[in-house]
Amino acid sequence: MKVAPIAVVGASLAGLTAVQALTESPAVTAVTVFGDEPHPPYDRPPLSKEVLRGVWDVGRCALKPVEDPRVTWRTGVTVTGLDQDGPRLRLAGGTAESFPGGVLIATGATPRTIAGADLDGVHVLRSLDDALGLNADLDRLPGRVVVAGGGFIGAEVAAACVERGLNVTVLEAQDAPFERVLGAEVGEAVMAEHRARGVQIRTAAAVAALHGPGRVESVELADGSHLPADVVVLGLGVTPCVEWLTGSGLTIDNGVVCDASLAAAPRIVAAGDVARWPNHRFGEFRRVEHWDNAIRQGRHAALRLLAEHGYAEKQDFTTVPWVWSDQYANKLQVVGSTVDFAEVVVAHGTTAEQRFVALYRRGEHLVAAVGFNNARLVTRYRRLLARPVRWNDALAYAASGAGPASTRPGDH
Amino acid sequence: MKIDVDWDLCDGNGVCAIEAPGVFEMDDDDELHVLKEDIEEEERPQVDAAIRVCPKRALSLHP
Ligand SMILES: Cc1cc2nc3c(=O)[nH]c(=O)nc-3n(C[C@H](O)[C@H](O)[C@H](O)COP(=O)(O)OP(=O)(O)OC[C@H]3O[C@@H](n4cnc5c(N)ncnc54)[C@H](O)[C@@H]3O)c2cc1C
Ligand code: SF4
Repeated sequence: MKVAPIAVVGASLAGLTAVQALTESPAVTAVTVFGDEPHPPYDRPPLSKEVLRGVWDVGRCALKPVEDPRVTWRTGVTVTGLDQDGPRLRLAGGTAESFPGGVLIATGATPRTIAGADLDGVHVLRSLDDALGLNADLDRLPGRVVVAGGGFIGAEVAAACVERGLNVTVLEAQDAPFERVLGAEVGEAVMAEHRARGVQIRTAAAVAALHGPGRVESVELADGSHLPADVVVLGLGVTPCVEWLTGSGLTIDNGVVCDASLAAAPRIVAAGDVARWPNHRFGEFRRVEHWDNAIRQGRHAALRLLAEHGYAEKQDFTTVPWVWSDQYANKLQVVGSTVDFAEVVVAHGTTAEQRFVALYRRGEHLVAAVGFNNARLVTRYRRLLARPVRWNDALAYAASGAGPASTRPGDH
Repeated sequence: MKIDVDWDLCDGNGVCAIEAPGVFEMDDDDELHVLKEDIEEEERPQVDAAIRVCPKRALSLHP
């Protein structure tokens, strides 16, 4: 018995990786991939880095296609609904198609916006078309660029603007940049070069609305004050693309709710930015919006679907999340989960020398390591974090000379 | 099979060294070192995983 036709919804990183994994199985007969963007799959991280800095043409973002006669790419097609019975997909235009082999949901996430976001000169940065639009606007050498939201994307956009010689202000709602995810000390260290290069960073400055007659002219803050702006880039985070699943009977709650194996319902699995699942390694039930997670989940969800047909083993998906961000020549990496951390210790190097590793405690355990210009130690901590690590062991490990050795605490 | 690193693309983030520690290693200057170029059959799953997760798509295998 071969596997009946399968559909993948979302033709981006998680979807493409899923297709790759599916085509590795000779039992798979047909895979149809739906993507609402007109483009074949491309990589998003360079959009806020190489592309915005002007060192890459957008063409270089293209992801390596899967060339397999069993795969049909239907780009430019929006899926508008899912019936679990079938399972069936409803498509824009009113047609419906059944995929008895199952459906893999990989519709990702979309940027949050605010009132006035439709004005000219206001940009989000998620898609290739967004990047082209922003590039074109920055090429006009606007006098004042305002980045709303001091997260990874906001910081990368600010860095690219500085390298283009533009005047940039970053508005951050918290009291310190990256305060909630990295803690104030590490957050400040990450923004130090931005400050040194003239980026204005305004903290406790939540953005309320954008104003202008047609083109944006000012940003209104929550305290009622206004800030002039010629270009505004919104880096306010993303929300999962789940509207199309309304009425599907799937549990939708800040993402497609999955079990630990990434299954949402019989023959329906989810992967990437859209998927919320219990990660048993960290005792968390959330979505992870990172490149590495989309790659790993895309593959895992594909195998999970094949497991229902007896062609793979059903396994739980556990991961040590990993994300990187490049700003100027600085490389930031976060491994593990800093969510609700209770304590931060800079365990290697110093924030002043701009090369360090900070460790994060939650309860009695090490839950994350953040490296700034220190990839070697980050790889060691990522390996270490594959299993629970007690905080005291982690500190002892860090103190034991040249950083953690390749052995684990407790191994001897 | 031989592993090939495109050094113009590699940015030394070390993800491959986590997937295949017997093949890739990071040095103190955050430079990637390839410990062995010839990949044995037993190492293929690890090396394939490293190729998949390299964010810069800098790795490839050649006969
Ligand atoms: C500018 C930028 C920079 C980034 N930099 C980094 C970084 O440095 N490091 C890092 O770890 N991560 C980074 N990320 C995050 C990373 O790119 C995402 O985690 C990853 O793209 C998630 O992949 P995905 O396939 O789950 O979702 P997405 O890439 O969002 O893809 C989902 C696709 O589904 C399509 N879709 C949605 N709804 C429908 C529908 N109803 N019908 C058909 N198609 C639909 C969407 O249009 C989209 O093409 C960055 C993201 C952006 C935008
Ligand atoms: S994963 Fe890729 S980019 Fe990172 S160090 Fe290895 S080869 Fe270089």
